Amino acid sequence: MSDPALQPVGVPDELALGMLRDMVRIRRFEERCADLYGQMKIRGFLHLYIGEEAVAVGAIRALQPDDNIVATYREHGHALTRGVSANAVMAEMYGKQEGCSRGRGGSMHIFDAATRLYGGNAIVGGGLPLAVGLALADKMQDRKRVNAAFFGEGAVAEGAFHESMNLAALWKLPVAFFCENNFYAMGTALARSESQTDLCVKAAAFGVPTKKADGMDVVAVHEAAKAAAAHVRSGAGPFFVEFQTYRYRAHSMFDPDLYRDKAEVEEWKKRGPIHNLSNRLKAEGRLTEEQFLAIDADAVREVEAAVAFAEAGTWEPVEALTRDVHTEAAR
Amino acid sequence: MKMTYREAIRQGLHDALAADPRVFLMGEDVGKYGGSYAVSKGFLDEFGPERIRDTPLSELGFVGAGIGAALGGMRPIVEVMTVNFSLLALDQIVNTAALYRHMSGGQFSVPVVIRMATGAGRQLAAQHSHSLENWYAHVPGITVLAPATIDDARGMLKPALADPDPVVIFEHALLYNFEGELTDTARDVDIRSAKVLRAGNDITLIAYGGTVWKAQEAAKELAAERIDAEVLDLRVLRPLDDATIMASVRRTRRAIVVDEGWRTGSLAAEVMARITEQAFYDLDAPPARVCSEEVPIPYAKHLEDAALPQVPKIVAAVRRLLGKG
Repeated sequence: MSDPALQPVGVPDELALGMLRDMVRIRRFEERCADLYGQMKIRGFLHLYIGEEAVAVGAIRALQPDDNIVATYREHGHALTRGVSANAVMAEMYGKQEGCSRGRGGSMHIFDAATRLYGGNAIVGGGLPLAVGLALADKMQDRKRVNAAFFGEGAVAEGAFHESMNLAALWKLPVAFFCENNFYAMGTALARSESQTDLCVKAAAFGVPTKKADGMDVVAVHEAAKAAAAHVRSGAGPFFVEFQTYRYRAHSMFDPDLYRDKAEVEEWKKRGPIHNLSNRLKAEGRLTEEQFLAIDADAVREVEAAVAFAEAGTWEPVEALTRDVHTEAAR
Repeated sequence: MKMTYREAIRQGLHDALAADPRVFLMGEDVGKYGGSYAVSKGFLDEFGPERIRDTPLSELGFVGAGIGAALGGMRPIVEVMTVNFSLLALDQIVNTAALYRHMSGGQFSVPVVIRMATGAGRQLAAQHSHSLENWYAHVPGITVLAPATIDDARGMLKPALADPDPVVIFEHALLYNFEGELTDTARDVDIRSAKVLRAGNDITLIAYGGTVWKAQEAAKELAAERIDAEVLDLRVLRPLDDATIMASVRRTRRAIVVDEGWRTGSLAAEVMARITEQAFYDLDAPPARVCSEEVPIPYAKHLEDAALPQVPKIVAAVRRLLGKG
């Protein structure tokens, strides 16, 4: 891959600045989550997306509001980009009933029917058959929707990946398979777990068209996702994109991060998605440092407002514990 | 009208497909082959390959796809060839279908129906003969049905499809050729209650699926000894209909659960625990059970027979409980 620092941004201001804003929002949101975890305000598993923001932002910006999204347990960025309010996501992390999943899901299970976000799935690969089914429903009901399935490279080892790719290809279903390859399945490097480390080769085995994209460059992500979405929406069947990216933080807050070199992390940080884009925009005279600081300040304000919202939130009464195990009206 | 259990299931499916364009049938060999138990023979020609959808041998994938399609507004009926194979799809059923509504704070319901054959008795050996209904009945968020009668085979699918949440239906493989009477009530069977199939005063035999007919047979033999057994068909394995069970047991004051599952951790154990919790002081004897022996179901006929609940075992258990052994 050529040095993205030398590439012109090549997209209009509104999109470029919008994507920059979303990446900064996610970064600030998650940095604050890490603090709050230390303060024991957020508990359970917390998987941070820091470093990988370009993937969710570039890809989701290529979707329409009517498209479906299935995500993983590292999905705060997807939710925020998609338009789930920071308030609702933060309140969910706090376990408050004002959270998007009423505090039943937490960090790993962000759901939002209004923006067609079908979770927040914490079984690796578990969302893939679901995306295939959503796509089947669309095809059978003649809807021109894209079903975007996000998953890590670790999921590629699961049977669910292979079964889903096969079904989607066999039935020509509208699924965009968006693989977020951050090179580590928890602590296991790709090369230590896969006989074939070129993920596109695996997807191609199903006859699915593929593309590799630099997941640290939000513009490259966006272009690849746009092409994938156009292919899928045209009715030509599924498309697979591998976004090569990197998580700066440990797998979760419990992970001592002993399985990779600090130097490797530092090397990837040089390609950080936020300064990658902001530096290029500045070089093109489309962004000033003041504007960048204003974007950052807005993000901080939004996050602080979300923290205040979550703090002020309420606990669902224990009497409601068994609510929504089944649809109430049916009982 | 007399018909086979197979025909009753088939008519139920046919009605559902004809009534609602959102309904489709998906599974291994449901189309060209006509269904591994021949329940969907002719459907492919009638409803076409979109709605009678043959799948690859990919249980996790196609059951998950059924769940996704349900989320997407369809009403899929997913057929899994046997409960043994359903373990390959257990993740999608337990970790997705059963949880999605609660985990999403009530935002997403999964109106999928998953049908599968269960049970032994055809010398199919250990990997095709188990009864794991209790595994599913353990899980909150799904409704578990076990049609034993022709009426239920015919009628349970409709309310199952109308349920906004996941429903798993177990069809006992030995029953497909079973012939019985279809009554007028088949059109409006519920999926909430247990049912007394034979009234009696001395003891309640509680059974489901394939063991219902063994319990009935045992009750007939016992009648010759002037032991008047009531036979209660659980029908719904989750949620259990405690009220009907307790009403019967309080009257007969004795209960034996007949369950083709293994004894340890069985559905029988759950039913007995509930009877003990709720009707202990009305009992004249401790609740008992006749379950499968704790072995993988063997191939050889005499061994398979010995592993399963059989009429003589039920009769002997009743005699013991009544102090007539």
